[in-house]
Amino acid sequence: MARIFKTHPIETWLLVLIIVASVILSAFSEQYLTLVNAFDLVNSISINVIFAVGLLVVLISGGIDISFAVAASVVQYLAFYALSYLGGGNWLIGFIVAGGLGIMLGAINAGLIHYFRVISIVVTIATFNVFFGLLMFLTKGVSLYDLPDWWTNRIIVFEREMASGSWAELTLPAVVMFGAISATWFLITYTSIGRQIYAFGDNPEGARRIGINVVAVQFIAYGWMGMMAGIGGLMQAHFMQEIVPNALIGRELDVLAAVVLGGAALGGGRGTVLGCVLGVLLMAIIQNGLNLLGVTPFAFKAIVGVILLLAITLSNVSFNELRVGLRMESTQ
Amino acid sequence: MIPVIQCKNVSKTFGGVRALTNIDFEVMPGEVHCLAGENGCGKSTLIKIIAGVCAADPGAKLSLMDQEFETLSPAQARRLGVGVIWQDHALFPEMSVAENIAIESFVGSNAKFVRHRNIEDVAQKVCERLGVSFDLNAKVKTLPIARRQLVAICRTLVSDARIVFMDEPTSSLTRTETQHLLNVVRTLTAENVAVVFVSHRLVEVLEIADRVTVLRDGQKVGVYDASEMSLAKLTEKMTGLTITPAVVGQNTNDNDTVLEVKNISRAGEYKDICFSISRGEVVGIIGLLGAGRTELALSLFGMTRPELGQIYIDGKVVNFRSNQDAIAAGIAYVSEDRLSLGLVQAQSIENNLALTVLDKTLVFGGLLSLKKKKEIVDHWIDELDVKLGNVSDAISTLSGGNQQKIAIAKWLATNPKLLILDAPTVGVDIGAREGIFKIVRDLANKGLSILLISDEVSEVYFNCNRVLHMSGGTLRREFIPACCDFSEMEDAVYGTDI
Repeated sequence: MARIFKTHPIETWLLVLIIVASVILSAFSEQYLTLVNAFDLVNSISINVIFAVGLLVVLISGGIDISFAVAASVVQYLAFYALSYLGGGNWLIGFIVAGGLGIMLGAINAGLIHYFRVISIVVTIATFNVFFGLLMFLTKGVSLYDLPDWWTNRIIVFEREMASGSWAELTLPAVVMFGAISATWFLITYTSIGRQIYAFGDNPEGARRIGINVVAVQFIAYGWMGMMAGIGGLMQAHFMQEIVPNALIGRELDVLAAVVLGGAALGGGRGTVLGCVLGVLLMAIIQNGLNLLGVTPFAFKAIVGVILLLAITLSNVSFNELRVGLRMESTQ
Repeated sequence: MIPVIQCKNVSKTFGGVRALTNIDFEVMPGEVHCLAGENGCGKSTLIKIIAGVCAADPGAKLSLMDQEFETLSPAQARRLGVGVIWQDHALFPEMSVAENIAIESFVGSNAKFVRHRNIEDVAQKVCERLGVSFDLNAKVKTLPIARRQLVAICRTLVSDARIVFMDEPTSSLTRTETQHLLNVVRTLTAENVAVVFVSHRLVEVLEIADRVTVLRDGQKVGVYDASEMSLAKLTEKMTGLTITPAVVGQNTNDNDTVLEVKNISRAGEYKDICFSISRGEVVGIIGLLGAGRTELALSLFGMTRPELGQIYIDGKVVNFRSNQDAIAAGIAYVSEDRLSLGLVQAQSIENNLALTVLDKTLVFGGLLSLKKKKEIVDHWIDELDVKLGNVSDAISTLSGGNQQKIAIAKWLATNPKLLILDAPTVGVDIGAREGIFKIVRDLANKGLSILLISDEVSEVYFNCNRVLHMSGGTLRREFIPACCDFSEMEDAVYGTDI
């Protein structure tokens, strides 16, 4: 345990916080610590986790992506028209089309960042505006409700009736989430290109000197993010049973806050899949708790902001440095 | 014996400036070869050409492993057994030691997947071969600099290097660490790997090198057997000048104390520092990289605040809230990193020089007077004997030595009582260094107090009235060069661990 704490301090902290938050919430609500609620929680975080593991790869490579949530909305529309052109489609075609469109949008970001040497935050703020502006302009803000049945029918993968008579259910997005988690974990742990993404994010010049293929690293990082954005978009439309052009806007900052909270460094080279998932989970529990306590959703917005600030500050400054700094201020 | 590498007729031009002219260079297997020369003589350019990082001008011939090339790519050079340990080591601080060592076993190869067990095996084998041991799972950022360097050496061996270039490998090592490094080098040469040292600590290099190639101004001066070379002879070859240094005496005139520091500490940076400087005195602070020298200087200049202790200027306690307070109190600081911190590279010489005294050139309630500015600029350029074409040229057109003079002039214009010079000869040629130290002595004679921070024993020994040895954030000992041997001071400085 002590060793795990030493090698993975952030993950351990998050786990402790999640347990503490759960204990507090179960004191307020009897329903909290039940399988039904646990499965609900898993179902509800699945889309954010899919986005988060994509963003994690970009952050590890030393970049950032603000545009992915809007890109997911763009993919929803494009996929809708592509699928009806293909005669309705099915889940397999849906995943291929949504993932492929997402990769293309990610490649646009990677190309701008690599070939025009523009920093990633500027590029993705720009593409965020381009994607969203074009989407609203071309769709005139009109939502789509006539999705194919396969897309909107609920798929329950696992269910069990509880003593209380309610059903604990795991749905398709949860399964896709586990797939996204495993694939990302495999990519960044066990593939050569995944380790090169770490190395490039850690020390770009050093990476160049040992002959790492910088172009491949950028395209795979942003392409992975794009693919996850596309698949997340597919799942979100499935979950909501409709496509609304501005449904996902703002999601990028919630996800970014969760991933940074999970220990991914904004400078690159640092971050784990476990931390990333725990980060999303903790944020969801906080939101869940505030709902249970009847606090307004705006409070959650403020909390997201504070968590983002804290996580970034703590990832740059260690606890020790912070203590010394505070002591100095007080002696002045 | 066939050389590991043979370069013929290597020239390199950077935008009209000739960095290298017709260099021939060869290294034999198992040899320790020293590449010596002043800053800017073309050593690094030559290494970059051999490592494939930059291309030589047409007409060059590089022979490696019985193959001839005009230019190489980095991947080609590595495949042919060229390993380079760059000065900044080019490691990945967040990754494990094992992965840093073994990274080239999967980068560049066609391996799609990584087996972490394999990586550890590869790293373990290299460590055993070199006789070093590491916690292979530790992150590189947790290692001290000397250990990181060993990681970098291990990495070059994974790709079976037959020639290893080491760019300034000893600049941040203590003597014990340097000895260990030299042992590693001996292990390598015993296996017939050639090692090329680029170093400015010539004493150590001469101790281990078989041959020395000297470059000056991009041209080859010659190749010499190290056994025939002495330090003085080598310096003469490198600079083309004969310099016979002499010690400055102790500051005998009992002047008023300008700066006094009592027991100042700042956690993790320096501890319990006490010293004083009188008017017209030159005090040196000597210590290796990481000894806390610069951190101390930043506190004296008001950039950081000591957590404990007091600083007195002219006998009065001061409590600087920023460096503006320090400047107002008469302290000037010429920073160690001239390129990024000391000068605005793209700006003109005159603008750089007048930057600290813009308020003195104001007329009509806030407008700059170009005439006053010109007076100040002309005065200091004349005073410090700066060689330049036109004051409106960009500062980057000047040589390292002249840039440093402008950096000093910029601060002298503020009319300080105390001038802190932090590593003033970094990036300045040996020949031009003397010019900087002449300025230091002249200024001291006119009554300015000077704190000279350096990691070169020879610099402080020959130019200071008193020298304080700093290590591990504390002042260890005071030396008076007039009453101690050079070697005594050298032993104390390079012999202690950080």
